Amino acid sequence: MRRWFERAAQLPGAPTACRLAVSRQEWRQVAEDVAAGGGRLLALWISDDVARAALVRAAYVAERGLLVVELLLTSTEQNYPGLQEVYPAACRMQRAAADLTGVCALDQDQRPWLRHAAWPTSFHPLLDAAAPDSPMTPEVDAYAFVRVEGDGVHEIPVGPVHAGIIEPGHFRFSIVGEKVLRLEERFGYVHKGVERRFTELPIMEGHRLAARVSGDSAVAFSWAYCQALEGITSVEIPPRAAWLRALCLELERIANHLGDLGAIGNDAGFSFGLTQFSRLKEALLRTTEQALGQRYLLDAIVPGGMRTDIARATEPGILRTVEEVLSELVILHSIYDEHAGLRDRFVGAGRVEPELAARLGLIGLAGRASGQAADLRVDLPWSPYGDLAPVKCGGTDGDVAARVAVRFDEVVQSCHLVQRILDGMPTGSYQTQVPTPADNALGVGAIEGWRGPVLVSLEAGPAGRIRRCHPHDPSWQNWPVLEHAVIGNIVPDFPLINKSFNLSYSGHDL
Amino acid sequence: MLKTLKQIARIGIVTEPPPLTDETLRVREILQTQILKVMGRALCIRAIDAGSCNGCELEIHALNNPIYNLEGLGIRFVASPRHADLLLVTGPVSRHMEVALMRTYAATPDPKLVVALGDCGCTGGIFGEGYASRGRVSNVIPVDVAVPGCPPNPTSILAGILTAISAGRPRSPATP
Repeated sequence: MRRWFERAAQLPGAPTACRLAVSRQEWRQVAEDVAAGGGRLLALWISDDVARAALVRAAYVAERGLLVVELLLTSTEQNYPGLQEVYPAACRMQRAAADLTGVCALDQDQRPWLRHAAWPTSFHPLLDAAAPDSPMTPEVDAYAFVRVEGDGVHEIPVGPVHAGIIEPGHFRFSIVGEKVLRLEERFGYVHKGVERRFTELPIMEGHRLAARVSGDSAVAFSWAYCQALEGITSVEIPPRAAWLRALCLELERIANHLGDLGAIGNDAGFSFGLTQFSRLKEALLRTTEQALGQRYLLDAIVPGGMRTDIARATEPGILRTVEEVLSELVILHSIYDEHAGLRDRFVGAGRVEPELAARLGLIGLAGRASGQAADLRVDLPWSPYGDLAPVKCGGTDGDVAARVAVRFDEVVQSCHLVQRILDGMPTGSYQTQVPTPADNALGVGAIEGWRGPVLVSLEAGPAGRIRRCHPHDPSWQNWPVLEHAVIGNIVPDFPLINKSFNLSYSGHDL
Repeated sequence: MLKTLKQIARIGIVTEPPPLTDETLRVREILQTQILKVMGRALCIRAIDAGSCNGCELEIHALNNPIYNLEGLGIRFVASPRHADLLLVTGPVSRHMEVALMRTYAATPDPKLVVALGDCGCTGGIFGEGYASRGRVSNVIPVDVAVPGCPPNPTSILAGILTAISAGRPRSPATP
């Protein structure tokens, strides 16, 4: 483990990031060593070098920092040793990379993942210069779902258009009576060609697209993008800008958690929860708009700092809202905890035991509810989190109740962070100039969003363009775990369990 | 239970009087009569995410909070296009959602209205058109009203819905 870090070179962007080029044999060895040392796979994707040879990359979070491992394939190699035996979450990332580049892992599930019927297999969106002249006629393709057979087993197909106001995706349940024997997910419906779109944008505008990878995590993604860009241009943002960004990130976390707490209550038939929490969320969004000009901070973070400073007169308003959230939360938490009907639905539903969570690589909020105590803000803090001393929240029950409890705790922690940020906010500028980066420079950004760790890998192109940009949402790791979480539960509990994870479709489909 | 009731009583009714200006209030009056005239009952909306980043969905959710209280205006979201009078579509339309969107449109009984939501639904937004994106919603199905914004705030969304209804002229059945 240590030898890999010793051999690695520093990588611009996230504070502890380093980069390691490996041989085909070492590729798998690094993966095993990181796993043995308690590290996690953060992302796996395929880029290319200037000579257009495929470059397979994997990012790991280990105790010592963030390690980006690179395997350069020679022109005769069209495959690489896969990692899904070590990290089951790698499976879908490998399939997605194959759809986008045509380069497969040796242990690959051969079914497409992001590609449905909209473009031919011969077209590789990331590596081919020209898109096909005539896009294929939209049609529904046949996808080889795994069939469960036996007496009384039947299937329920759900989606892509869901009954609520939800992003599109398909769920195939195999059930007996009301019990779920197996759930198989199929995604890719909201694949918009984000990675290819990045290559068409000036590097100084990429943060806008990054913010829209998953609109609910706009701050996390745009910060990760800017962290990478500022890394490769050796820009140190003013302290005030870093603190303002942390304010945005915590406001985003509180808003999403409040929304989820209400929606989870609603999915258990307790509409009182939705009403109360959505009222609080609305108050927070309005305060955010007064302070930073937007309800959702899709354009708050820009390369070099912030788009605007916070209006000083609005600080008392933020503090008042935060105090209101804190005091209301005490009441609502006790109501949720003492409500027999809610406890009946929450406790034991969608349980992911800590051992299973560790094996499958569950990360972020859902991971912390299943004993996976990882939080980049604490483990590998970036400025200003070193000064803010955030507290890690978590539990070990791994059920809906645990994911609700972690949200309650994190809202309280984030409210305290907001108070600390406003109290200790440095004065000075909120923005600095960012020069055009050198051609081919690589940087990564890693930010703990509300859902979990978000990674952005950014490579500069000539003349201020983006050569490659890969954004990674923690939903990649957590969606496959949802398939396990629902086994043995009844079908009507699926919406509740799904909501308790609240994973991203857009951030995953790209 | 007692705590819950106490909380309900303490918070009280937080719904804001719907839209602030007279002009908007007038629209609401028209809305009520137009709904009756055109739809013959409360307006039912089916929301379809045809490729959005989920930003617009967050603001659609806000319409149901007690402050905007959409249901208080006689408008509600329904689970099936077969129950809907109006489709609220966010975009850009991904190629992989094109069939689903067209089928949802076809499944909605006439007369029907379509409101495209957000910069992406209106123009394709930052995603534009490409190998995986068809861009604006009107590239795939007919659109009556387009509400810009990234994301549009709940008041704009409400205004868009009201505009669609007060125009009151559902297009004749069209094949997308």
